[in-house]
Amino acid sequence: MKKSVYINSVGSVSAQKTFDDGFLENIEQRSDTVLAVVAPNYKDYIPPAAARRMAKGIKMSTVSAKNAMQGAGVDENEIDAIIVGTGLGCIGDSEKFVSDIIDNNEQFLTPTRFIQSSHNTVAGQIALGIGCKGYNFTYVHSAVSFESAVLDAKMQLEQNEARTILVGGVDELVDHHVSTHRLIGHIKEEPVDTMSVLKSGTSGAVFSEGAHFFVLSNQKRTSCYAELMALKTFNTLSPGQLGDNVGNFLKEQGLTEKAIDLIVLGYNGDVEFDGYYDILAKGPFSETPQAYFKHLSGEFDTASGFGFWVANKILKHQRIPDPVKLNDLHRVTFETVLIYNQYRGENHSLMLLKKC
Amino acid sequence: MGKGVAITGMGIISAIGNNVAENFTSLTSNKIGISKISQIDTIHKDDIMVGEIGETNTQLEQRLDIAENQWSRTVLIGTVAAQEALAEAGISDINEVRTGFISGTTVGGMDKSEQYFYDYPENPSVRQHITGLHAGDSTNKIAKHLGLKESFVTTISTACSSSANTIMLGARMIQSGQLDRVIVGGTDSLSKFTINGFKTLMILSDTYNTPFDNDRKGLNLGEAAAYLVLESDAMVEKNKKNVLGYVKGYGNANDAFHQTASSENGDGAVLAMEKALQVAGMKPEDIDYINAHGTATPNNDLSEGRALIRVFDKKVPHFSSTKAFTGHTLAAAGAVEAVYSVLALQNDTIFPNLNFKTPMQEFGICPVTELKKKKLGTVLSNSFGFGGNCSTLIFSKEA
Repeated sequence: MKKSVYINSVGSVSAQKTFDDGFLENIEQRSDTVLAVVAPNYKDYIPPAAARRMAKGIKMSTVSAKNAMQGAGVDENEIDAIIVGTGLGCIGDSEKFVSDIIDNNEQFLTPTRFIQSSHNTVAGQIALGIGCKGYNFTYVHSAVSFESAVLDAKMQLEQNEARTILVGGVDELVDHHVSTHRLIGHIKEEPVDTMSVLKSGTSGAVFSEGAHFFVLSNQKRTSCYAELMALKTFNTLSPGQLGDNVGNFLKEQGLTEKAIDLIVLGYNGDVEFDGYYDILAKGPFSETPQAYFKHLSGEFDTASGFGFWVANKILKHQRIPDPVKLNDLHRVTFETVLIYNQYRGENHSLMLLKKC
Repeated sequence: MGKGVAITGMGIISAIGNNVAENFTSLTSNKIGISKISQIDTIHKDDIMVGEIGETNTQLEQRLDIAENQWSRTVLIGTVAAQEALAEAGISDINEVRTGFISGTTVGGMDKSEQYFYDYPENPSVRQHITGLHAGDSTNKIAKHLGLKESFVTTISTACSSSANTIMLGARMIQSGQLDRVIVGGTDSLSKFTINGFKTLMILSDTYNTPFDNDRKGLNLGEAAAYLVLESDAMVEKNKKNVLGYVKGYGNANDAFHQTASSENGDGAVLAMEKALQVAGMKPEDIDYINAHGTATPNNDLSEGRALIRVFDKKVPHFSSTKAFTGHTLAAAGAVEAVYSVLALQNDTIFPNLNFKTPMQEFGICPVTELKKKKLGTVLSNSFGFGGNCSTLIFSKEA
């Protein structure tokens, strides 16, 4: 008998002020092509001496993970496993180590940057910080890094291999990565206003960063945000196959498109690839309340962690904040939420959440 | 007690051979793959030894019919190994049933990223490597080349246990009925990034690595790719598949001791081995041979040796590290040694731990140093990585 999986808490550090208890009451409106996170006061979470040596990704994750654990009211020793998704890990340190190798002709190097370059640094550091000797995995698969982590956690909780798992997604915004991705047109050439991202009419995305952590458990706590019903990822999907695959995904849960109370879509304002979202928004879900989020979070490999955060918050608070509304349709109660994301036509994901 | 997950195909390319058969020949004829580095121009070339794959990128591109300088070496060798695994499993239509692909890597396309790091603004002809810095990009490229569509594809990066962890995830996904079959394993090419990184940690040997020897001086970095095909019982039955062995047990734990070093008593390693035994429904005495992580660093071999003594008490089974042959192939190591573990089972053969002379002063256990014939029903394989990551796999002849 499979156990149910609950999202008992959320934690976020993003380009919006999401590290406190609010829910997008005051939006950071910017006009740019890249967005850094609204940084919490790291000193409130990390001793300053330790923070100085830490990569930004570790710092953001520490805050986000601590907030999630606190939100669920779980003690550190209750965490059975830590599973993290990250497209690039602590890429700032990787890039610095590479440039140091080249600039200094492979001499005078120190190990810290190399050590922090390991993709599993965040998961390892959290384990070290809370003394968690349990299962510790890191997924690094572009836009489905976070989803892979959630899927792994879901499998373990369903089989009762673990009872409480800390799951997260994190990525950093750093200079070389930005400058090279500008060269290949993955970042927008012209700045775009936060609330006008979908009207940009241009290719590329607004790049950003963030850390999103969640406590998942097969026991529902009073803090519960949502129940995780299903999750599926696809390495490729042609536009013609998207609708059928979404239909089949819902059918496996005994649902139809009509049963979805809200669809959360990963629109990032890239005219070349937003068509995927249009297929659902203007097709089978045209009569469904719709939300989007990357105009607020920016685009990064684990941006779907922000989408997951938004969906969880909506289910808990039973309201859709105005800045994420894509249409004016409403439901009296929000029972089921579907999240669909893809990046540049690859690595598609579907996540289905239910009110708990 | 859980039933094992069937292995129906294997593929490998390493410093000791371009396919499974060549690797087996090398392992049974003491042909090691450690040499001076030839394909990367590093200032450390005279003070390190590596396990380098013989073929150049150009040769690999020609073999795979890939245009010049489009792919990282990590992708090239990964594709070679994955294709061999699929061929051995007799899979021609990869999309016929629910097939997944899970790959482990640490460097991904770093070999190209470091080569062209400052060239991208001026040189548009190398910009195809910009997205190669994403570890997942190597996996995507291999999946695409294999023709896999609309499927579960992901990448695990837990340093040197990465591909051991892909085998674990793959087995769990088969057991939970989410996939009918899955290609699991990993790929890592040599790069200046890892050479210099391990150099700063001062754990590179300037000569042939000597696992579990009292006077060991550190590891030799290596490069390799290895993949295995895992299939559900229903698939094996339906297609009358030849089963090479089974993934019987698995366990992952965290040492939670230090970002790069293992704890003195191998807490994480003990937990990983105990979990794997539990999943397999086995007792320590059921293990016939251990393919140790055995990197030949002072820290690993002491920690792992102590962990073996703790788990197996005074009856530590025959064990050896094959890293004297291949070097430490980082993310690929777990899958490389999974292939070797299955070869050991198939041939009732324990591969020797070469270059061992003096037992470690801290304990009395010694590895098997010569090729040994022994009836093997089970093999346990360890893989440990940065971030305290400890993984154990158990392979068996019978389900």
